[in-house]
Amino acid sequence: MKIVVWIESNSGKVKASSLEALGSARLLADSADGEVIGFCCGEGAGEVASSILSAGAHRIITREGDSLTDALSDAFAAELSQIATSESADLVLASATSSGKEIIALAAGGLGTCVASDCISIRHEGDAFVTERPIYAGKAHHQQKWITSPAFISLRPNYGETVERDAALVDSQEATGKSVLKRTAFVEGSLGKKELTEAEIIISGGRGLKEPENFALLESLAEILGAAVGASRAVVDAGWRPHSDQVGQTGKTVSPKLYIAVGISGAIQHLAGMSSSRTIVAINKDPGAPIFSVATYGLVGDLFEVIPRLEEELKAVLQ
Amino acid sequence: MKIAVCMKRVPDTATRLTFAPDGQSIDTSEVQWVISPYDEFAIEEALRIRERHGEGSVTVITVGTESSTKELRQALGMGVDDAVLASSEEPLDPIQTARALASILESRADDVVLFGRQAVDSQGAQVGALVARLLDRPFVNDIAAISIEGDQVRIEREVEGGREVIEGPLPIVVGADKSLNDPRYPKLKEIMKAKKKPIEIVTPETGAPALETIALTPPPPRPEGRIVGEGPDAVEELIRVLREEAKVI
Repeated sequence: MKIVVWIESNSGKVKASSLEALGSARLLADSADGEVIGFCCGEGAGEVASSILSAGAHRIITREGDSLTDALSDAFAAELSQIATSESADLVLASATSSGKEIIALAAGGLGTCVASDCISIRHEGDAFVTERPIYAGKAHHQQKWITSPAFISLRPNYGETVERDAALVDSQEATGKSVLKRTAFVEGSLGKKELTEAEIIISGGRGLKEPENFALLESLAEILGAAVGASRAVVDAGWRPHSDQVGQTGKTVSPKLYIAVGISGAIQHLAGMSSSRTIVAINKDPGAPIFSVATYGLVGDLFEVIPRLEEELKAVLQ
Repeated sequence: MKIAVCMKRVPDTATRLTFAPDGQSIDTSEVQWVISPYDEFAIEEALRIRERHGEGSVTVITVGTESSTKELRQALGMGVDDAVLASSEEPLDPIQTARALASILESRADDVVLFGRQAVDSQGAQVGALVARLLDRPFVNDIAAISIEGDQVRIEREVEGGREVIEGPLPIVVGADKSLNDPRYPKLKEIMKAKKKPIEIVTPETGAPALETIALTPPPPRPEGRIVGEGPDAVEELIRVLREEAKVI
């Protein structure tokens, strides 16, 4: 069994979710005497490779080159398709981030196949990969078996395992892929803002916050927990928060280790985006709010009293 | 300006799902169908591109059973010019769906092909990318703005840490994100006109599947939750269970 893992990085720093993909690949490979090849592509690939030597890959291939400057996913996907072919991969794996999903879909399409997207488990049964993924807004789980090779799978962030293994060998290659489209400008947003889909802890706010300014309460709590701040559709539609913060059916699907819903009633559209989170905390003054039906722990109370207390006590405990 | 929009009908999220006895599908007899929300942004943007250019045509394409004509009529009611139904009674995997769409698109020479960023039922976020590769055209998902000047396209989208601007030549395939626009409501006059607009029904090439369904089941129930208390005094207990039981902070 040969598994190629797409390694995603940002400004030379590997994504935690890619380390999970790498670890999960290694656990699959270990059970079948297989090999894991990490693939780092683009500017700073060598630097990224040297930071993940012991993260589960037997080998790491890097590709860098001028042709990838300001390139988009099509160029990276072409490199990934090439590696999948030249290595005769049985499985190509990526983390299901926005960028990861785009690149793996283009890479699969380039080889005339498709992706089992955003999976929460991957097994190897007989000679086939079997995947499970939530669909229909989390109301169903779909199990599929690959009947062609190679399989292309993206793994939902926070659903993989990291490992530590002997250092991988690094093979540095020259990239040749070119992008038809180019990134011609980049406007930096709120600096250091955490990407929702990859966050381990998310604190989301809804209408119960009453005013957009009151999101400051959640932001300050988020800082203590190292969390990202999300929002319900209602407050995004009201213009309080940007669409990129929206959790739910027409927003992001997230599955952090801890999801804290503050002043969110829990409409089905919202539950669709967060019900696969490991631990869910609901803070709401209405004990009948639907959010309590999915909450691991519920706290009934006025958020304007509860959140400042939570912040104060967390500060004492965590610092 | 020739524009195509690929759309999918999906069960309304509020619909309660009933699982079929075969354990591999849902019972669709009671399902309330809607156009997948992201596809509505794609349709709206196609109409706006046509309007901005003062000429051109918008075609909506779907793959599915003949009952999908209802959602195609809805799109026609928004102002789309004509529709194509790639008729398929069998459930298709993503590459089969992509082949069906590509077999229709390849002879059409569209300047822009729009998809929704993902269908909200299967949530794969991939058919647009697959079609783009099959047609050998560039693809950008999650677009927040698009403008066309001559044969050049300019796109903006939100990515990690900011907003990127992408430029290049037509033709292009894109996936629409929510921030692109606010879809219009069909006007009565347009709905009446839509009844007379053509829907072409074709039998597409789908080829063999790559994936086989083993099971489609309800998700395992979430472990029973509990209320830890009321008011700010319950905060201490909440922190305790998060640290000692859930071990997440």
